[in-house]
Amino acid sequence: MLRLPRLRYLRPATAGEAAASLSKLGSRAMFVAGGTDLFPNLKRRQFEPDTLVQVPPLKGVRRVDGHFEIGATVTLAEAAADPGLRAALPGFAEAAGLVSSPPLRNAGTVGGNLCVDTRCNYYNMTYEWRKSIGFCLKKDGDICLVAPSSPRCWAVSSSDTAPAAMVLGASVVLVGPDGERELPVAELYRDDGIEYLAKQPHEVVTAIRLPAPEGLLTAYVKLRRRGSIDFPLAGAAVALTLDGPIVTGCRIALAAVASHPLEVPEAGAFLAGKRLTDETISAAAELAAKPARPLDNADLTHFWRKKMVRVIVERAIRQAATPSTT
Amino acid sequence: MRSELDRPVQRELTRLRVNGEDLELYLPVHKTLLEVLREDLKLTGTKHGCELGECGTCTVLVDGEPQLSCLLLPLQAEGRELTTVEGLAEGAAPHPLQVAFAELGAAQCGYCTPGILLAAKALLVRDPRPSRDGIKEALAGNLCRCTGYVKIIEAVELAAERMS
Amino acid sequence: MVGKPVPKVDGAGKVTGQAVYADDIDLPRMLHCKILRAQLPHARILSVDTSAARRIPGVKAVITGQDLPIRFGILPVTQDEAALEGEKVRYVGDPLAAVAAIDEETAAAACDAIKVEYQELKPVMSIEAALKEAADEPIQSYPKRSDNIHRMVSYEFGDVAAGFARADHVREDVFFFQGSTHLPMEQHSAVATYAGGRVTLWSSTQVVHYVHRALSKVLELPMSRIRVIGAAHGGGFGGKTDPFAHEIVVAKLAMLTGRPVKCTLTREEVFYAHRGRHPVLMWVKTGVTRDGRVTAMHFRSALDGGAYGSYGAASIFYTGTLQTVTYDIPAYKFEGARVFTNKAPCGPKRGHGTPQPRFAVEMHLEKIAREIGLEPVELKRRNFVKPFSRAVNWLRITSCGLEECTEKVLTASGYANRKRQPGRGMGFAISTYMSGAGTAIYWNDMPHSEVQLKVDRTGVTLFCGAMDIGQGSDSVLAQIAAEELGLEARDIHLVTADTDTTPIDLGSYSSRVTFMAGNAAVEAARKMRALLVAAVAERMGVTDLEEIDVADGRVGEFSFEDASVLAEEKFGALASAGSYKPPRIGGPFKGSGVGPSPAYSYSACVVQVAADARTGIVTVERVWIAHDIGRAINPLLVEGQVEGSVYMALGEALMEEQVYRQGLHKWPSMLEYKSPTFLETPEMHTFLVETDDPEGPYGAKEAGQGPLLPVIPAVNLALQDALGVWIDEIPVTPEKVLRALEAKAKGEPPRFGPRGFPSVPYPEPILVEPPDPADLRVGDELELAFPMKGGGPPSAGAGRSPSPPGPPRAPRVR
Repeated sequence: MLRLPRLRYLRPATAGEAAASLSKLGSRAMFVAGGTDLFPNLKRRQFEPDTLVQVPPLKGVRRVDGHFEIGATVTLAEAAADPGLRAALPGFAEAAGLVSSPPLRNAGTVGGNLCVDTRCNYYNMTYEWRKSIGFCLKKDGDICLVAPSSPRCWAVSSSDTAPAAMVLGASVVLVGPDGERELPVAELYRDDGIEYLAKQPHEVVTAIRLPAPEGLLTAYVKLRRRGSIDFPLAGAAVALTLDGPIVTGCRIALAAVASHPLEVPEAGAFLAGKRLTDETISAAAELAAKPARPLDNADLTHFWRKKMVRVIVERAIRQAATPSTT
Repeated sequence: MRSELDRPVQRELTRLRVNGEDLELYLPVHKTLLEVLREDLKLTGTKHGCELGECGTCTVLVDGEPQLSCLLLPLQAEGRELTTVEGLAEGAAPHPLQVAFAELGAAQCGYCTPGILLAAKALLVRDPRPSRDGIKEALAGNLCRCTGYVKIIEAVELAAERMS
Repeated sequence: MVGKPVPKVDGAGKVTGQAVYADDIDLPRMLHCKILRAQLPHARILSVDTSAARRIPGVKAVITGQDLPIRFGILPVTQDEAALEGEKVRYVGDPLAAVAAIDEETAAAACDAIKVEYQELKPVMSIEAALKEAADEPIQSYPKRSDNIHRMVSYEFGDVAAGFARADHVREDVFFFQGSTHLPMEQHSAVATYAGGRVTLWSSTQVVHYVHRALSKVLELPMSRIRVIGAAHGGGFGGKTDPFAHEIVVAKLAMLTGRPVKCTLTREEVFYAHRGRHPVLMWVKTGVTRDGRVTAMHFRSALDGGAYGSYGAASIFYTGTLQTVTYDIPAYKFEGARVFTNKAPCGPKRGHGTPQPRFAVEMHLEKIAREIGLEPVELKRRNFVKPFSRAVNWLRITSCGLEECTEKVLTASGYANRKRQPGRGMGFAISTYMSGAGTAIYWNDMPHSEVQLKVDRTGVTLFCGAMDIGQGSDSVLAQIAAEELGLEARDIHLVTADTDTTPIDLGSYSSRVTFMAGNAAVEAARKMRALLVAAVAERMGVTDLEEIDVADGRVGEFSFEDASVLAEEKFGALASAGSYKPPRIGGPFKGSGVGPSPAYSYSACVVQVAADARTGIVTVERVWIAHDIGRAINPLLVEGQVEGSVYMALGEALMEEQVYRQGLHKWPSMLEYKSPTFLETPEMHTFLVETDDPEGPYGAKEAGQGPLLPVIPAVNLALQDALGVWIDEIPVTPEKVLRALEAKAKGEPPRFGPRGFPSVPYPEPILVEPPDPADLRVGDELELAFPMKGGGPPSAGAGRSPSPPGPPRAPRVR
């Protein structure tokens, strides 16, 4: 049986206390919310903290002033099933509902999925396996085994909800020992497989704010091998506004094609002012796919995954524009 | 590096409610609910296939919802109602799902069965007459290698029919 | 009782969580074992330093290769495994040291503290590389070759050259079938105790007897001082048919510490234990007449065996021998080779060695049919084997429902009139499989299955060494005994898979239990019935025993219990025994022992897929499968086996692959090794065809493996139907489909698959004169007519008639 390492487990009453704990303990400690990403990684010794700090319950999906505020520990299942979210922001609700599997979504949280560790099939392996291959840059090793000549880590951002939040212009509420700040989701990530989050390690995500203007059309299309359990091989999130047949605004972001959720503004900008036709959708998808750089560190081949980005972006645009047909 | 034996073990008095029984246990905080159920409470009906959240075998109900006991700390489950396969029957009377699974051969090797029974129970509470697609969706986190899933789906349908 | 869909006898234990699997066993003072495994694919072990591990508090014993030097292996010809390797490691995951400690955490820490010094050797990771001269040294030294070829076989049955010469059309194709693993939900687990000079082992195994033998050999204990008990079983599919290192290691550690020791493999270790589907490269050449009749076939295979022998010597044969009991091939040449590579050892996975050629031949015949302008189904049908005939390689066919199965699935699916539309297609394929291997793993003249019955006032107890691995073999045995004794299945107490208390059965592999243990159970139960009937008849003053009905819990005018009292008064303790040994079937040539079976099951399948030309993603929508089961003793269980086979085949066809990168298993996890979920489940339509095999118990044949075989090629052929591309390689991943579509768009052959077949130094073929197709003689009759010459199984001459046992013999009095 794979087991967790010996750990201290702290249950602070508030987010502020949690942040203070982590601030004090430094890299010896990590936050745990649902644990669905953290515990497997701990069992495989990808993380080696000696203390876990429980993120206190931060529940509730509230609609305030044209946006949704979702508590960070709202589970993915709760978010996916929330009637308000489903009606107003189906793209985000679907992204939450497509994470892993039903039992996992009952524990995994929205905050956790936004902060989910980057993945790589040289890295998400047991300690013994990683030792056999000689360890990788992200943990215990010196080189990136996917791109040995590269100085950086190419682990893949694998959050489904991050791109779905990004296209909404969402932000997260961060609580540190010294107070609270709001950070756009777009600024939460860095293009690095190791230091993939731009927040301070001791800052805890307490909520996510999702703007939900009237008339916004959203969709998320996920590509994976099986209908359940799997992480995204690629994902496409779209948020779109239409004036009659004309696109007035469009944002497109991709999952699992880089070390961070990848927004492709060129594609959105291309569609602005245009009608949605087979040609414009195809052209936008092509633009969107251009910066996607899948590497040989996830399921199936990266050549195929790269090709599929276009397909899922097209499908996401269509799905957003014609929600009734989804 | 692999060894954390030099670290102290933090033990906490943990109050769990399992299958309707209130228990007080003095447990290492890092021992997952799966290990506690099997090793401390001897509820070995809860099986395990990967311990990484990838197969669904160790599914238990937490406040009626399926969760993976391999990814849950007992302290995280305090104050919540835990149900394992041992808690499905009403005394000696098996749950209709158990009857249907046994009757239709939905359990071949039986190793994934406890987890699937619990996930199915949660489904039937939420949706007493689920569609075939609804059953597939609800059980999509539980892998089975023997049955091809067909008899399981049929057993859930049969139980649903009998219960309503 | 026979023919009724009664629930499994062990169902209640499994749905309540009460069934005790090996890892559920928790004994007082039990220690926990972890195994240190090789971290290099190929290396000499220079030193193993366990001193730091021994110093860790809570560590009770550390053992290495020196402690278990005797080698073992499932086949007598390949005793090439050590429980712990001392000199050399041959794949990442090869066991080399083990620790018993107070808990798993301590044992794991101790394993990590063991220092191993290696001298690295160049790893060999492909069939092509293995065929070449070894860079430094071969992986295994015993084949005494400079390359890494393990074994080769070559046979020619009939005049193949003449067959090709009279063909109107000849075609060659090359196919590749990637390896896959069983992925049982339960990780292997074993618990051992040692007390009073005796070892007791509980294990998750498919064959307690083979584990028993290996333990005896390696521990140097007589079998009488070892007891092996099969715990409730969490899935095998062939993956728990070998004796495994951890089973021997826990026994040794129990002997050293005097405490119970448990070892449960992690999921990753299960991938290393493997013994799964061999990756096989295949070349096939077939000649046909203008009207589609096969004139000759030449089949070559090259199997990637991984690092050890396992069942490999048999696996080679299985890639070749069953071609002739599927299609009527008048002249057949087969050349097979298995190579060693630095990967986890391959072995028997559901269908053992036959899904690969089944895939190749079904695809190949389809291509031939298209070339000569014949409807593929029609070409296949024209070549179906005939019931009660003998194949060119001497395999004897008895009942055969191929035509009936084909008719069922064609009709139900509407195959012939399917709507032709891009992106949706149907494929048709057939298969055959053995109802138990005709020869034991180690040659001997003893029965393959034995059953004992005890009857007294407490009821009926059936004893049999067979292991129920979930397929329901216990239920089948109970149903058979109940049928003969006029009881219900639930009235039969079962004691199975315990070497102390049950007579030997060779276990749950090669689809043998229903057929072989079933026949033994029939014999034992009929003998018991005769005793009861005799006693009742005497009391009733009836002389014609036929007048005594045994049914509905009664024997004549007495209840079963009263009848058992009468019989016990008359005969003393009531015990009966039955046994089964297949007759000699194989032809008079060396190597004829692999392939014969007392009966073959047949299946036919139509698969409907939706295939997306944009993504290459193939979705299986519907499956129609008909299976010639001979007779369904329990239709519910048979359906379960058929559906499970279909499922496993779909996983193999579309996603499962055991692949390696940089010398390591690429993804030893349940997340990355893809197995289908509920959401990938197609609509399945299962039809059972009953042909009443003359030698099966009540006519029954196998169900657990055959139905897997046609599904894989049917998926590929459905994809071909949908998109017009040939994917000559398993699994069919979306990328392969797109690559084939791209080739098609460029005007190249619309295909993805291997380009060629490597040069393999096959030996000169053994030339075998084909039998008369009408000669159905087996056993003594066959031996008399065609004595086994040189090197055949010593059991060859001793076959008894396998037909349902005749009049009961004298009761055995204890």
